[in-house]
Amino acid sequence: MASERPDHQRIVITGVGLSAPNGNSLPEFRRALLEGRSGVKPFETRYFGHTAAGICDFDELRYQKRKEVRRGTRAGSLGIYCAREAIADSGLDWENVDRSAVGIFVGVTEHGNVETENEIYLIKGYDYDTRYWSHHHNPRTVANNPAGEISLSLGITGPHYTLGAACAAGNTGIIQGVQMLRLEECDFALCGGVSESIHSFGIFASFNSQGALAKHDDPTKASRPFDADRNGIVVAEGGCMFVLERYDSARARGAKIYGEIVGHAMNSDATDFVLPDSGRQAECIRLALRRAGMRPEEIDVVSTHATATVSGDVQECIALREVWGESGGRTLINNTKSFIGHAMGAAGALELAGNLPSFDDGVCHATINLDRLDEQCALPGLVANQPRQAGRINAILNNSFGMLGINAVVIVKRV
Amino acid sequence: MTADEIRKAILEILHDIAPDEDLGDLKDEVAFTEQLPLDSMDFLDIVMELRKRYRIQIPEEEYTQLSSMASTIKYLEPRMQDM
Repeated sequence: MASERPDHQRIVITGVGLSAPNGNSLPEFRRALLEGRSGVKPFETRYFGHTAAGICDFDELRYQKRKEVRRGTRAGSLGIYCAREAIADSGLDWENVDRSAVGIFVGVTEHGNVETENEIYLIKGYDYDTRYWSHHHNPRTVANNPAGEISLSLGITGPHYTLGAACAAGNTGIIQGVQMLRLEECDFALCGGVSESIHSFGIFASFNSQGALAKHDDPTKASRPFDADRNGIVVAEGGCMFVLERYDSARARGAKIYGEIVGHAMNSDATDFVLPDSGRQAECIRLALRRAGMRPEEIDVVSTHATATVSGDVQECIALREVWGESGGRTLINNTKSFIGHAMGAAGALELAGNLPSFDDGVCHATINLDRLDEQCALPGLVANQPRQAGRINAILNNSFGMLGINAVVIVKRV
Repeated sequence: MTADEIRKAILEILHDIAPDEDLGDLKDEVAFTEQLPLDSMDFLDIVMELRKRYRIQIPEEEYTQLSSMASTIKYLEPRMQDM
């Protein structure tokens, strides 16, 4: 249990690097969340046409040369940008860090679709003659590509891999970092998640065929979790990488500590390919709380997963009601997808990051685009449209749930 | 294509492959790898772009002919004379 862990087993966040559709650093991102600014814009994609998406505008050339951007993937570029920003933010004396003691654990929903779609599109112009298929295809599409590009960029020789966990991948990357540090398989963990998914037309087409792609005349209003008129998901790209380290080493070097990861849990619904299960979500939340040694009412902010699908939002609300029961009301509830859309592999990590500054400013950011609350999603503590000054915020619970019934919950406490 | 046109075509390909490099001082007689940061995947890019842009198929055993601008032009001139 968290309170009984020795300092060497306590894991803290000491650096954050991110690119969200509405901000390319944590301060920028936080400002946008407090000011209610969406990052969703009109977007057009091959074959599918006009839609809306969360689009990032970070400077790819800040840490990469043009050649490296061309050689690699968008997910790799996002990963490199976020990882390097996180390292810089951590204040680590990077030149003297043992690179073999750094691990890279990147959550992704999928990887390879963007490159494969591009290649198939190009080869059609050569009448499907496979001699025109790129030699870059394999290194671009291997599932570890985003983590591998970070390793190459930073000269990191510790372990690197991606974790495929659907829309729970951002939290899963963080959990892997925690575990690897506790196992002493690394001394620093660069972990989180990335998404390049908007550059695949297939993800839009598939959500659309499923009846789960959001439509709205105003892109900034398209992502509407908990709203009675919500009609689906806005796909987004993005990335968020944390530097995690053990509390004793962080304190010894006087690191700025964003928070401590005091509890986590993962489980599986084992019920349906796409529809979530509130009962299993509640179990996952309770397991994370038990591991944190906390009661539900001790959580100050719940960062919900809610993607604005009609059924998904309801299931999460049922789960939250089940766990918080009569003690709800004190715990505030928000949603970041309402601002930036669903950043897939990056979602859990970005949504946690956006809430971390609340430990300093005591404000819980809102869930926006909530014009008419769906009664099935009416939760006490739901912070609608405007941020709420909460006084002192000490603990954040971050939900992420994904297809094939994968659930991941992370709890972070102020240190 | 003339030798000059081939040189221009190769420079265009190199500019796409190595967009950060200044190709203005490229010496024709010196190997590409001694002047530019090119690795084996970049060489395959050159082969692929020649294939895509000019439908030239270069057998693997002849890749070494592309080591410098001069040797590349010498190799391609007879193969691209009708283009």
